[in-house]
Amino acid sequence: MLTLPGALRAAVIAHARADDPDEACGVIAGPAGSDRPERFIPMTNAERSPTFYRFDSMEQFKVWQEMDDRDEEPVVIYHSHTATEAYPSRTDISYASEPGAHYVLVSTRDPDEVEFRSFRIIDGVVTEEEVESADP
Amino acid sequence: MAIEVRIPTILRNYTGGAKSVEGSGDTLADLIADVDSRHSGLQERLVDAAGLRRFVNVYLNDEDVRFIGGLGAPVKDGDTVTVLPAVAGGAR
Repeated sequence: MLTLPGALRAAVIAHARADDPDEACGVIAGPAGSDRPERFIPMTNAERSPTFYRFDSMEQFKVWQEMDDRDEEPVVIYHSHTATEAYPSRTDISYASEPGAHYVLVSTRDPDEVEFRSFRIIDGVVTEEEVESADP
Repeated sequence: MAIEVRIPTILRNYTGGAKSVEGSGDTLADLIADVDSRHSGLQERLVDAAGLRRFVNVYLNDEDVRFIGGLGAPVKDGDTVTVLPAVAGGAR
């Protein structure tokens, strides 16, 4: 299960809408071992593509170093699909390299209704999980 | 001579869980081969027939090695090499 404050869910959706038709991507960092997503970090999609995303390598280096300095880890890694469902694709699965992260997929294929789902991707296996709001 | 190589979570099964290992060499290629001699299989995850694998980022101190010579980049005592798998994906 992913427990996510409403404001962070909204921030992810806003980023996905803003970058549409390109895929949006980013991280929500949280204290190492806590499983609490707290710090929203939108990333540049270096591919700038409607069908592919990749973190810019130097941006990723800085963000990962910063998380390390702050004793944080990437609790959520999110990206959007702009014409397909919010479900991990074969490429999403093959490149998933943070076994501890919640992989959030957003689909902006419908202009009115956004799809927002979360998954664990471990050793090539996808397991969907519930997203629960952290707000009281 | 000691060069620190920082290992991402997903590759720590090759290092017995260690977050970083030490190695030596004159170039990045030498260093990777040296580390692989003690942590067999690591090189295969970083390098393929064409050179450094496309979706693995390798940094020498604060620079992406793609811009400073790739596998041929010279390394020296006191350097830090960081490995980070690229975060990427797509619609299909």
